[in-house]
Amino acid sequence: MNGGAGAQYDSIVVGGGHNGLVCAAYLARGGRKVLVLEAAERLGGAAVTREFAPGFRTSACAHLLHLMPAALMQDLALEAHGLRLAARNLPTVALAEDTRHLSFGPGNLAALAERSAGEAVALADWQTLLKRFARALHPLLTQTPPRLGTDAWRDAYALLGLGWRIRRLGRRDMRELLRIGGMCVYDLLEDRFSLPLLKGALALDAVLGTNYGPRSPGTVVSLLYRCAASQGADALAQPEGGLGAVSEALARAARAAGAEIRTGALVERILVREDRVVGVALACGAQITATTVVSSADPKSTFLKLLGTEHLDAGFARRVAQVRSRGLTAKLHLALERLPQFPGLSTEALRARLLVAPSADYIERAYNHAKYDEFSSRPMLEVTIPTLADATLAPPGKHVMSVIVQYAPYALAGGWDSQRPAFTARVIDTLGAYAPQLRDCISASELLAPPDIEREFRISGGHWHHAELALDQFLMVRPVPGAARYRTPLPGLFLCGAGCHPGGGVMGLAGRNAARQLIREAA
Amino acid sequence: MLTESEPHYRQPLLKTPFHERARALSQLDSFVPWAGYTTVDVFTSVEQEYFAIRNASSLYDLTPMVKYRISGADALRFLNRLVTRDIRKVGPGKVAYTVWCNDEGHLIDDGTVFCIAPNEYRICTAERQLDWFRASAIGFEVEIREVTEEVAALAVQGPTSCKLLKAVGLAGVERLKPFEHAGFSMPRSGGAGQITMMVSRTGFTGDLGYELWMQPADAEALWDALTAVGSSRAVRPIGSRALNVARIEAGFVLPNLDFVSAEHTLYLGTERSPLELGLAWLVDFNKGHFTGRRALLAEQARGPRRQLVGLDVEGTKPAHNALLYRDSSARREVGSVTSAIWSPTCKRNLALAIVEAAYIATGSRVWAEIYLNRELVWERRMVRARVVERPFFAPARRRATPPADF
Repeated sequence: MNGGAGAQYDSIVVGGGHNGLVCAAYLARGGRKVLVLEAAERLGGAAVTREFAPGFRTSACAHLLHLMPAALMQDLALEAHGLRLAARNLPTVALAEDTRHLSFGPGNLAALAERSAGEAVALADWQTLLKRFARALHPLLTQTPPRLGTDAWRDAYALLGLGWRIRRLGRRDMRELLRIGGMCVYDLLEDRFSLPLLKGALALDAVLGTNYGPRSPGTVVSLLYRCAASQGADALAQPEGGLGAVSEALARAARAAGAEIRTGALVERILVREDRVVGVALACGAQITATTVVSSADPKSTFLKLLGTEHLDAGFARRVAQVRSRGLTAKLHLALERLPQFPGLSTEALRARLLVAPSADYIERAYNHAKYDEFSSRPMLEVTIPTLADATLAPPGKHVMSVIVQYAPYALAGGWDSQRPAFTARVIDTLGAYAPQLRDCISASELLAPPDIEREFRISGGHWHHAELALDQFLMVRPVPGAARYRTPLPGLFLCGAGCHPGGGVMGLAGRNAARQLIREAA
Repeated sequence: MLTESEPHYRQPLLKTPFHERARALSQLDSFVPWAGYTTVDVFTSVEQEYFAIRNASSLYDLTPMVKYRISGADALRFLNRLVTRDIRKVGPGKVAYTVWCNDEGHLIDDGTVFCIAPNEYRICTAERQLDWFRASAIGFEVEIREVTEEVAALAVQGPTSCKLLKAVGLAGVERLKPFEHAGFSMPRSGGAGQITMMVSRTGFTGDLGYELWMQPADAEALWDALTAVGSSRAVRPIGSRALNVARIEAGFVLPNLDFVSAEHTLYLGTERSPLELGLAWLVDFNKGHFTGRRALLAEQARGPRRQLVGLDVEGTKPAHNALLYRDSSARREVGSVTSAIWSPTCKRNLALAIVEAAYIATGSRVWAEIYLNRELVWERRMVRARVVERPFFAPARRRATPPADF
């Protein structure tokens, strides 16, 4: 084994999820000899399109594309590499049991204005403000997180830049940003809105994919983060062929840039010699040498399983072991023989993102159960019917319903094996309140609870973001101090997955930032 | 034993298995707390006890020393990643003095590692370490169990200690080399079977000496046998103040006197690395990774900022807590004393001190600011001090095997 000049590759990227592929593409464009190793037969990690019943396919985890920056997609020419959008700028419909559903979206406040002129003005104001905040914060996501208290000009420049952008919001908006930064989203929404249905829908965005309810501290931060990532636009798009199509386009972009990609190649160990990474060992027994190894696996898998704590300091290993990474989000896939009616919604309106979050209190109640390792008796749902815009996902005339479900605790009391049917029934019942014939339309279903996500996509804890998106696991402390700048304490080992700044969601910035940092350090 | 029913502030300090014997012999009733136990500070007088260490034999109750049993398939790998020395070199029957550090290479504690059998160790520490050991155990198959209360420990130290142990029936103890341990047994008085124990040739005095590790139930019988045989040999029980004089002569550092554990420091810059404490010889950079290795390598590369040194101080007044200066004008501070004594054996005024990098070479000269209390009238003295080699006192008998017979 030789990880020095004679190594087979400059960089091995462990994991062919979207961040791994983005990282590989940028590394290859930077002139490095790159190999991506993906354990599964298909690329994409959790950003894959999955056949869950014969002929029925859907995005396995996230089902909408809205966080990946346009600059990144243009950079990697994803369109040229085959990425098509089946739908874009999808509106959001907040479902109401009384069928007085509320449809709204960026620049689409007519329905809301009809219901309440005051609420429409409040929402327009809020969206404008969020957009301004997002512009101030977005640059922070596109760079290696700055360190505090160093003499490095790059850190000072990044922090000064952030300070300047916040100051430039003007006295009133800056004050508002600083005021709401530490709040819970529940109180923020109480301040600004009165319609429970609207508050529920807005609260959902703050807690989706997190371990929080609307009254949890830090939920305004997670909302600001979501807005900053999407640059305030939150333009929801549905890729043709599901989210897996994004990964396929990224893979083509990476290959076009010169990266080599192998699937069905399970990395078992990261190899170390004389306190330096020298390559990886595969489950099949093969060893591949490289000067650097970049892991898109979650921090716990990377450090505790692939590397092993014997190569790490004990304090660092403890911090990694303590990363909060238990998922609370499940995914339910339904194969539908026909499209169910949603009283109060036209078929055309069903193309939207449908939310079951009738009030912020409803979400908080759903969250209460999760605190004690129970699933929500009335869960919060984000629903899409992707077949309406993309018929390729189901047999002719049939449909797929893709449901993100909260809250579904990783360590469910009683265990998922026995509770799975009850939870599935609970979700279908919850939907039944809005689509009474839904049950009769279902021919097959699949529930991916957090332990399933952990097993299927090799994410410790089954958390979509690999590590909880919370203030104490943000920026320069994400995933843990000592590994927050993509570099790890072990020379030659880097991280590029969702566990790094700026986190998951199909965004790709962790992969791009990591590649840039690695190239910068090698220079 | 602590009881769950009592609130902690009403729980008494624990008594060691030697407590009743110690109390009977304690003229001053001067007990101090140590790691949750009450132990003797001084029995009669520090001087008498000190001279038992150097001229005869001393008995010192070190039961409060915190002890952990480390076992399991990864026990060796765990220890080697925990401590700075290469524990692969410490086979069954061997003991090693070592330190362990946090990620920043700052000292957490020092202690001794006893290899009982392959993948079974005992580690003795000054302070409780369960939290740090547990953190260090992440990813290792290892069982960590505190056995402090299950093991009574008695240090028998002094030039006649080997002879004393032979006299109570520990046949073959003279064959133990420094940093070796073995199982021994001696006849119980009254003829009812044997007392079994582990004896290690270790100690904190820098002299010939042994440490005896036994079941608490056997503690009094062993004590009685040693004191009975020792009555004509000037054997004395000693308290921790006499031991402190001996350990400074031997150049050993003590937590909370010469350094503060990095787990307890509150002020930045008060942590100490093993390199700063002059313990570089304990740090094996070639054994593979251990916690703090990368930080210590970086520290080694940039060179020490300060270091613990031995000082020979002018005069006879111990330089307790003295600030050290570049010259007698006392304008430029260059360090401070951590431990100081008048050494009765060396007949020198000795100190351990932390000094700036420019003053760590043997022969460097500094000035110590000493406050003298002359019949309640305080005087300030600036005296010369010279950096000298440690240990200050290292008699050949501490290593001689077999030790000389007296």
